[in-house]
Amino acid sequence: MILTNLETVPGKTISQHHGLVSGNTIRAKHAGRDLMAGLKNIFGGELKGYTELLSESRKEAIERMVAQANSVGANAIVNIRFSTSSITQGAAELYVYGTALTVN
Amino acid sequence: MGQLIFILCLLILGLVFGTFFEKKHFKSLSERDQKFRGIILSNKKDHSFLKEAQNSALVTGHAVIALDYFKRFAAILTNLIGGRVKSYESLLVRARREAILRMKEKASLAGFDTVINVKIETSNIGGSAGKKNGLGAIEVFAYGTAVKRS
Repeated sequence: MILTNLETVPGKTISQHHGLVSGNTIRAKHAGRDLMAGLKNIFGGELKGYTELLSESRKEAIERMVAQANSVGANAIVNIRFSTSSITQGAAELYVYGTALTVN
Repeated sequence: MGQLIFILCLLILGLVFGTFFEKKHFKSLSERDQKFRGIILSNKKDHSFLKEAQNSALVTGHAVIALDYFKRFAAILTNLIGGRVKSYESLLVRARREAILRMKEKASLAGFDTVINVKIETSNIGGSAGKKNGLGAIEVFAYGTAVKRS
């Protein structure tokens, strides 16, 4: 599966369009991470727990998108966009979408 | 009275450690900036070298950075008066540079030397500093397509 946020795939030609595919996850932070974040609240700096949490979640969203693309028989996803929105205080939604294509 | 002293202690801790960590972070940022100077970034989609390019990959980088206690306090005060919120300015600069550097690092590890169509997205993770339980933490997420100029 080729992923890109360009409109075409470099070095390949597009043979078929499969339409929009997307994936999302909503993740909440757990108490341990929240505690560390409370400490960081005093000293400032990077919240490593949150960084990890968000990268795991984003990976999962991408996996779901790829699974959807696989099910329609595509081998590339182009024009990928990410969006993040915080739903409540403790949870964030990560959404990724793109166009599924067959290229060769 | 005891509570006041406690808050004062937190403010001093925040000021001392926050400034220390920020300086350290900026130093490490400029060091890594030098290291990955060879990776060229662009937010354009079309490049002449794209026709010859054989390989490409999506690269991402992100960082979540929080304000220290002193800066949160300063941000709340500036909220009342208005004007430039300096504590947030440096926070965003740090997060953005870190996110971009991580993206560059991934591109260079995979053997690419250019990242095109770079998009940078900022989102609020822990609520704003002025609100109750607000962390004053932000996430910056950078992504783009890595290619190799032949």
